[in-house]
Amino acid sequence: MPLTHVSNTPAAPTAADPSRAESREPVITLEHVVKRFGSYLAVQEAHFAIGRGEFFSMLGPSGCGKTTTLRMIAGFEQPTEGRIVLDGKDVSRVPPYRRNVNTVFQHYALFPHMSVADNVAFGPRSQKVGAEETSRRVDQLLTVVKLAQFADRKPGQLSGGQQQRVALARALANYPQALLLDEPLGALDLKLRQAMQIELKRIQREVGITFIYVTHDQEEALTMSDRIAVMNEGRVEQIGTPQEIYHSPASVFVANFIGVANLIPAVVEHANGTDATVVVAGSRRMAVPAGAWPPRPGAAATVMVRPERLRLTSQAPADGRGVPVTVEHAVFQGPVVRCTLRAADGTGIVAHVGPEQSLPALEPGLPLWIGWDLDAGRLLPPDTVGADAQPFVKADLRHTMGRASLPRL
Amino acid sequence: MRRFGRWLMDGVAILALGYLFLPIFVIVLYSFNKPAGKFNFVWKAFSLEAWRNPFAYEALYESMKLSLRVAALSTLVATVFGTFIALALTRYRFRGASAINLLLVLPLTTPEVVLGSSLLSLFLDLNARTGFSTIVIAHIMFSVSYVALTVRARIRGFDWTLEEAAMDLGAGPFRVFFKVTLPIIAPGIVAASMLAFALSLDDFIITLFNAGNRITYPLYVYGARRAAFPPQINVLATAILLASLLTLGATVLWQQRTLRQRGMSLAPRA
Repeated sequence: MPLTHVSNTPAAPTAADPSRAESREPVITLEHVVKRFGSYLAVQEAHFAIGRGEFFSMLGPSGCGKTTTLRMIAGFEQPTEGRIVLDGKDVSRVPPYRRNVNTVFQHYALFPHMSVADNVAFGPRSQKVGAEETSRRVDQLLTVVKLAQFADRKPGQLSGGQQQRVALARALANYPQALLLDEPLGALDLKLRQAMQIELKRIQREVGITFIYVTHDQEEALTMSDRIAVMNEGRVEQIGTPQEIYHSPASVFVANFIGVANLIPAVVEHANGTDATVVVAGSRRMAVPAGAWPPRPGAAATVMVRPERLRLTSQAPADGRGVPVTVEHAVFQGPVVRCTLRAADGTGIVAHVGPEQSLPALEPGLPLWIGWDLDAGRLLPPDTVGADAQPFVKADLRHTMGRASLPRL
Repeated sequence: MRRFGRWLMDGVAILALGYLFLPIFVIVLYSFNKPAGKFNFVWKAFSLEAWRNPFAYEALYESMKLSLRVAALSTLVATVFGTFIALALTRYRFRGASAINLLLVLPLTTPEVVLGSSLLSLFLDLNARTGFSTIVIAHIMFSVSYVALTVRARIRGFDWTLEEAAMDLGAGPFRVFFKVTLPIIAPGIVAASMLAFALSLDDFIITLFNAGNRITYPLYVYGARRAAFPPQINVLATAILLASLLTLGATVLWQQRTLRQRGMSLAPRA
């Protein structure tokens, strides 16, 4: 069985497209990898495989273990337990200079005393590739990253985005089995970052090498990845395609970290293999897919619905599947109206109301009904910690603010 | 009133600078003197005689040669040791690091008389004959501290991920050191070794204790005060002064050039 799911995932994702990564031949496999620093557990039970040619992201807040996992794959750290297998060989104890994976560092780490060309040539020269082949690779990669005319410059004479591309070319010059990228766009401003996202994806397609990409930026991960591993406090919470992660989050944490999610406390009333009926807002019965988490009648649960999947109506829905709410406030945001609602039991709900929904003016205090299509809801294990989601709201905010204060090109 | 204050300040500054540079000026000036007797202490007439024959006095020439040899050897050894100490102290956390830090500062703060005499008693205990090698050992001892502290100060901002990057690209430990670490910290090492060379060249007290019957340039000059003080002493002193000024100038230019080339990449990271 290919190692594609994490053993401790609370609910295995309902694979929308199971063929994607599972069908690829694995190039890197992490087997029950654990990393401790003293008594601190940095990574627990990382157990997954990354396919050849895949764009694989590790996404999570700072301190979630994503960079440590990357450093173990690169060879800068050794796993405390478990194995890392690269192309069929156990490399857990192999030093970085004998593994054919290369890293793009967060702050590029370009050699300041060497020209751009010498930086790119450093890898092949270290591996005793001939002079002719080395210069062929340098030309090739500087062309790929569109920096051929800067070959003789020193890194200090280049802009941040150009340095970024030199770092990329340098890391690709050994023709690695996988390229590891540690938040490589973190130091760039928003506009450049968006341009580089497209650029990275193009380069990855062009060279066809596996990219393992570490980021805390969900948008970046969603934009570029074939698959994403969402990490939290050293655990891999879920691995899946961007669509799976967004539409079928496996936990409250994942739902909260990716996009905006309504997390409605619920009690399971009845569940068969495919569907479940839950009670929300005190007394309203709603239908949701049962999902992979095995719900027992009477158990506490969380129902997740994305704001854009909520239907708002003035009257109670005909099938009785609806929750009465009142409008708290509504903000016009262009494509949608962002509407904050409150249910009778105090649960706050956010809905994105598109122009296709005909509603009276959304004045505060207006009574409405919300409902959703069966496949729009997700039944998740209860948000036991509750505070679990809090740091991420903060992290997200901080991130947004950081962006706003960055200089524009 | 204000103008007076300004004058006073300028005057004091000029006097202070004069105090610093007058002796040097006198030494340079008297290298062009044609003294009446054996002692070059009174101005007689301008002459290029001493500059034409700087090595006229065999013993003076020998002492200069000895000083340069001692300085070269002790600088070489001290630079290698000091650099590695500095690298170890900046790079790794290990037991005894703070003790080494303290020991490094000790030779700088201990009076030279103490250092010189204790070294001598050590050599006597070991029945070692004092001479060239004991001078070199003594000079290495105090130079190592200066080199280690100077290099350490200069590599504080070194970005250690550069070493990881080199390793990641397939360079083994030796290649990482010689192709990446060393070239980048070289300006600091050069500065430190220049300091060590200068300190060795002019050391008097420690050398006096440990020189045996060998005579370095400072020892010769001190002894010459009794028998004869030819202007050649001034010529050699001036030559050393010129050489150090030229090296200093060249180093500053070179470092400015490297810094400019490296641009922002040398700036400390957030």
